[in-house]
Amino acid sequence: MRGRGRGGRSRRLVGGLRTRLVVTFVVVALVSAVTATALAYRDARTAVLRRTQDAAVDDVRTRVTAVAADFDLPPDQRALSRFAAKISDGLGARLVVARHRDLVAASDPLADTDGRITVALRSAVRAGDGARFQRVTWRDEPYLVVGMPVTYADGDRRASGLEVFVITDLRAERDDTAALLDSVRTGILPVVALAAVLALLAAGTVLRPVRKLGRATRSLAAGELGSRVAVRGHDELADLARTFNETADALQASDARLRDQEAKARRFVADVSHELRTPLAAMTMVATVLEEDADQLPPDAARAARTVGAETARLSRLVEDLMEISRFDANAVELNAAETDLADTVRASLALRGWTDRVEVRLDEGVRAVVDRRRVDVIVANLVGNALRHGAPPVVVTLGTGVAADGGARVALEVADHGPGLPPEARERVFDRFYKADTARTRSASDTGGQGSGLGTAIALENARLHGGTIEVAEGPEGGAVFTLRLPLRRTGEDTE
Amino acid sequence: MPHVLLIEDDASVRDGMELVLRRHGYGVDTAATGEEALALLDAPEGARVELAVLDLMLPGMDGFEVCRRIRARTATLPVIMLTARGDDHDIVTGLEAGADDYVVKPVTAPVLEARIRAALRRAEPSAVSRVAGADLAGLVIDRAALTVTKHGVPVPLPPTELRLLLELSASPGRVLSREQLLASVWDHTFLGDSRLVDAAVGRLRAKLEDVPARPRYVQTVRGFGYRFGPL
Repeated sequence: MRGRGRGGRSRRLVGGLRTRLVVTFVVVALVSAVTATALAYRDARTAVLRRTQDAAVDDVRTRVTAVAADFDLPPDQRALSRFAAKISDGLGARLVVARHRDLVAASDPLADTDGRITVALRSAVRAGDGARFQRVTWRDEPYLVVGMPVTYADGDRRASGLEVFVITDLRAERDDTAALLDSVRTGILPVVALAAVLALLAAGTVLRPVRKLGRATRSLAAGELGSRVAVRGHDELADLARTFNETADALQASDARLRDQEAKARRFVADVSHELRTPLAAMTMVATVLEEDADQLPPDAARAARTVGAETARLSRLVEDLMEISRFDANAVELNAAETDLADTVRASLALRGWTDRVEVRLDEGVRAVVDRRRVDVIVANLVGNALRHGAPPVVVTLGTGVAADGGARVALEVADHGPGLPPEARERVFDRFYKADTARTRSASDTGGQGSGLGTAIALENARLHGGTIEVAEGPEGGAVFTLRLPLRRTGEDTE
Repeated sequence: MPHVLLIEDDASVRDGMELVLRRHGYGVDTAATGEEALALLDAPEGARVELAVLDLMLPGMDGFEVCRRIRARTATLPVIMLTARGDDHDIVTGLEAGADDYVVKPVTAPVLEARIRAALRRAEPSAVSRVAGADLAGLVIDRAALTVTKHGVPVPLPPTELRLLLELSASPGRVLSREQLLASVWDHTFLGDSRLVDAAVGRLRAKLEDVPARPRYVQTVRGFGYRFGPL
């Protein structure tokens, strides 16, 4: 039990409601934070780049238009270099490359420009009539390259063959957006922590009523039918609490009704018992007188007197058996258990009924168990009486101990006879009330006080169950019926005062 | 000829029992109610009653109350309770009210007679083995006069309880099982009910012990029975 409790607790820590709630909260917070950040980052980055690009393209167009107006075509190398430097001067130290057919000039003659001005951009500029730009990464650094063909201002704006490429460093923009990403990234940690705290608080508010409900359910299951929970608010938990209270109310009401019925049944059994026993007491006494005088009566009257005596005795036994079984049904039986020597009890039961000479006993001595001696006597009397009445001698009573399937010690009391035995269908029904096995098994009605009421084995079984035991019936190895009473061997030494 | 008082409200049962007992040589007085029985015991002819057979369910005053009243008048009259209620609760209540024995109806004549004889035997002083009185921690049991005094104060005991005390104190320290006590005190040759012993021990303790819940004289040996002392 304790182990299971520990296991349950650790399972609850891993997969419990609180953990699941916190994990869910944190995951939701993370997902929303990351999504929002990613969207914001993308938009911010796009905006920054677009602004830079637009500014760069505008600057380049303005500057090129201004500078190209005073430029003569075709240029020579020196003129082209001057042109590039002039444009570069107006654009604030950006690297400018000017091309005219095979001539190439850069504002910074030492810079490597080929890696940054791609073939694709060059062909786009050559083919197009406006400014083109491209973002490139060169030696792990981002650059914006704006390319522009210079056209003749007059007429159809033909391409002059002069192309200008301006390379702008994008490191500042990259650093700006990276800083944005960093600040968002550092912000996520507190958000997640906050989400966890909120989750714990939420879990608390949800779990507290759930725990209360759990406690109430447990105490209800343990038999405290007055167990209720306080209903707060109008949420689903309140509904659940209300439903629980209604269920408990219904349970309590039906329990009270059942108890009432049980009490009525007990009173009825007691009253019936009293009313039946009183006339029987008178009849039993008078029948004794009649039987005593039977010898002096005419034969018919003597037979009548003896019959009345025998039938009164039989009626008394039947009433006793009925009362006993009714007490079991009305749940009015109590176990007066005390540690008892079982071999002694069996011997006393046999001696009391004058069966000692007719029964062979094989009793293990010193078997002591906590049992109700009177009830064990009833079981022994019923089983042995049954064997004597319906079986054939020798009737053998064996007492021993053994180990039950669940590992506990058990007492086994076996009553075997050597009669015709019980057919399988009778074995199944032999513990049914008023069931009487095949009449072939009955030797004679006059033997040992006539036929039983058919309640004896049922009573024996109820008594065995009251002790937590069973009675089984089987066929003996040499025929005959074998009834085996199995009782848990409890030796608690409890005081039975 | 022993004289028995039958207290029974049912006329047929009363007549049947009277018939049987008279045939077997008993003198019989009958009473249909508890009040009638107590009046009879108080009357001069009540002195000849040696044993009462008392029905539990009586109109008016019930058997438990009658038993208590009888016990208040005389400690020595044996009372056998005759009950048509066989519930454990009724039997225990009957025994605790001070009955020496109980019999559940219907009872056959031989069994009733055997129990009457046993109860009468218990009341017989001669049946007890007599040895000199001894002082047992303030308790003096005079086995000759069959009296018990505690610190000089007489303790009146009904026959069954007196016999139980004599039996237990005859061998202080020795454990006697309920079955042994049933056989020696109640003369039950049949399988008796150990509740008889427990109820009588309870009543004896109530009269004898300073604190019945923590008995000094009659001690319980769990799972076995009872023992006198150690004092």
